Amino acid sequence: MLVEIKNLRIAFSTPTGWAEAVRGVSLTLGKEKLGIVGESGSGKSLTARSLLRLLPGNARVQADRLAFDGIDVLAASERQMRAIRGKRAGLILQDPKYSLNPVMTAGDQVAEAWRAHKGGSKRAAAQAAVDLLAQVLIRDPARVAGSYPHELSGGMGQRVMIAMMLAPDPELLIADEPTSALDATVQAEILRLMEDLVSRRGMGLLLISHDLPLVGHFCDRVAVMYAGRVVEELQAGELTHARHPYTRGLLNCMPRLSHPEARLPVMVRDPAWLAP
Amino acid sequence: MIAIDGLRVRFGPNEVVHGISLDVPRGSSFGLVGESGSGKSTILRAFSGLNPDWTGKMRLDNVPLDRKRDRAFFRRVQMVFQDPYGSLHPRQTVDRALSEPLIVHGLQDRDARIAQALSDVALPNSVRFRYPHQLSGGQRQRVAIARALMAEPNVLLLDEPTSALDVSVQAEVLNLLRDLQQRRGLTYLLVSHNLAVVAHLCPIIGVMQGGDLVETLSTDDLRAGRVHHSHTAQLRALTVELEDGGEAAARASA
Amino acid sequence: MIVTRDWLLTETPASRGQAAWGRRYRLWLQFRRNPLAMAGLIVALSLIVLSLLAPVLATHDPGVQELSNRLARPSVAHWFGTDELGRDVYSRLLYGGRITLGMVVAVVLLVAPLGLAVGCVAGYAGGIWDRLLMRVTDVFLAFPRLILALAFVAALRPGVTSAVAAIALTAWPPYARLARAETLSLRRTDFIAAVRLTGAGAGRIVLRHVAPLCLPSLIVRVTLDMSSIILTAAGLGFLGMGAQPPSPEWGAMIATARRFILEQWWVPTIPGLAIFIASLAFNLLGDGLRDVLDPKQDG
Repeated sequence: MLVEIKNLRIAFSTPTGWAEAVRGVSLTLGKEKLGIVGESGSGKSLTARSLLRLLPGNARVQADRLAFDGIDVLAASERQMRAIRGKRAGLILQDPKYSLNPVMTAGDQVAEAWRAHKGGSKRAAAQAAVDLLAQVLIRDPARVAGSYPHELSGGMGQRVMIAMMLAPDPELLIADEPTSALDATVQAEILRLMEDLVSRRGMGLLLISHDLPLVGHFCDRVAVMYAGRVVEELQAGELTHARHPYTRGLLNCMPRLSHPEARLPVMVRDPAWLAP
Repeated sequence: MIAIDGLRVRFGPNEVVHGISLDVPRGSSFGLVGESGSGKSTILRAFSGLNPDWTGKMRLDNVPLDRKRDRAFFRRVQMVFQDPYGSLHPRQTVDRALSEPLIVHGLQDRDARIAQALSDVALPNSVRFRYPHQLSGGQRQRVAIARALMAEPNVLLLDEPTSALDVSVQAEVLNLLRDLQQRRGLTYLLVSHNLAVVAHLCPIIGVMQGGDLVETLSTDDLRAGRVHHSHTAQLRALTVELEDGGEAAARASA
Repeated sequence: MIVTRDWLLTETPASRGQAAWGRRYRLWLQFRRNPLAMAGLIVALSLIVLSLLAPVLATHDPGVQELSNRLARPSVAHWFGTDELGRDVYSRLLYGGRITLGMVVAVVLLVAPLGLAVGCVAGYAGGIWDRLLMRVTDVFLAFPRLILALAFVAALRPGVTSAVAAIALTAWPPYARLARAETLSLRRTDFIAAVRLTGAGAGRIVLRHVAPLCLPSLIVRVTLDMSSIILTAAGLGFLGMGAQPPSPEWGAMIATARRFILEQWWVPTIPGLAIFIASLAFNLLGDGLRDVLDPKQDG
């Protein structure tokens, strides 16, 4: 197993005590595409970030097991974590505008990521960077390599980000709402690209999103989170057989082009969903 | 109610809207869809008076609009913004946000009007003296809608009103917008990148691409796939493709 | 109405006042968690109170000379000793606080509203107004503060009033810049656009919506600047351009006693310590206020 999470709990200290944001999440991930879906505040991003130990300082993380490829993340030294972060597991965030360095060209950033993990000469790194940009289906990789982030569109920036994350040949890609800032046409392209790269390179993909149909479309399995807990886990093809009323509510309350409805069904939240 | 004819809008040296025309009858809704940068929000901002750098003709209720709008215009036309976190003043309570239009237009009975406005958007009276950071995203957007309705306008400009919200909250806000329209006979001009949202609220849809209105069609035609422009077809295909899974699920649960 | 912790901290205030006080109380709770800032606040407040109560607390008349007992060491009769004319340093320090801190308060009261007004108007109006006001600001910024103040005081009559005017003249441009920068970013926000769409006039928008948001960072900046205003005031006093003898201003006290720094070190050192403590206290206070008030740090 690439990722094992067992009974993960994350809490934040507040003036009135500890506020639990993740309350006993268990997940496993092999070389497959797992989607985590939930609304804002459901704890989906925290769960993924805890794997790389990228949580704010006031967070308290507890788990029966939190492991990446057999390495206990909670017990690992900072040095071991650095070897995982960015090298064995890449993280792609929502908005490339904020994750790319504005004063370095795209090519230099990819080359630096490549050199940091593989060493080698600057010229080799620059060549590798252009290759990587070509792999993320950028039509004119040499030109994009010489551009600064502000000269790139959102979709292009996200491709550069993915190329950077692919540089060290990671085993796991964590994508936190990678396409929420992008247009629908670009969104589909980026997701198809990620899907393709993941299956071609045999990586694991953890896709975090608020969009259940989207995740169902691109992942093998889907975990639905609600209030810090996984309420339902199912094969992507079986969204039709979702049992939990929350999952069904999520699917129902979207307006649909093919099925007009005068009023949208509104989700009635049952307090029982909060119970373990 | 709204008539726009040959509208061109510039940002500095760049023209971002290249002469678009549209009509929205009283009490109806017109939806503008398109990707980011297609100019759809710019049209709203030009009509609302926030962007004065435009040429062409715009009419409200058959009266031509000037660059500069008078106070009466703002009683008739109001706008709801995309980001409910950015559209409320961070240091002002809900009460203050809702009072502002009343003070500006010199309307009396502030207490009664605010209480009524809160109940119109289905917010409890207990939120009245809270600050925006104490509210959820959906509650904030309801406050923004309530604020827009304070001066009892006829026209509401909706700029991606649900795209920053979770889908379950989006459903509530869309239902609310529909109820308000029926109750008050409002005219909507809605902008969104989400085809399904636009189709849900509007009987007529305009598709924007690169500053041009490439196609105007009825929602029924869109749903049935009777589209002419390739961009419309592309947007429709993407939406329908993703709906397949969800649609089947909904059928199973029904 | 009974003011209790629960009343202040409730999530559902029932009136405008309760909401406002609740917000202030939360800020205070946050501020209280910072021990250094609390120390700064306590020291700054006690210095102000001590100065205000100078007539009650002083053991001697600050002007009375006792030449037979000049440059005395600290003792029971003269807690901080006496100066070169045999005046009680402790009493002069208390009365001096009135002048030095009074000058600081006067400068702040002049400078903060002026800077805020210039900055907000320039930032919101833009265009020709912005260019005009900012060029004027630049002109004042281009002079070194102390030199401009010196020139100004020298041109007028040396004294507390002209020192205050001189410091104010040189202190306002940074506030105008700050307020303008804040206004420029605020004016692009959706909530200001929403206010414009209510039909409110520019004056109302600036006064009621923009300026209140510029205020917190301005307060922080002013508090942090207090120490430098104290130093400038003391510096002018030291150079004989501020308060005139026999007024006991802290900077002037050091100036007249600097000859004795080797033999009777306490005479210049004690007002120096007062300046140091007051500056440090305001600095700590400003740092703490920044953590609480800076709009960039809360969500």
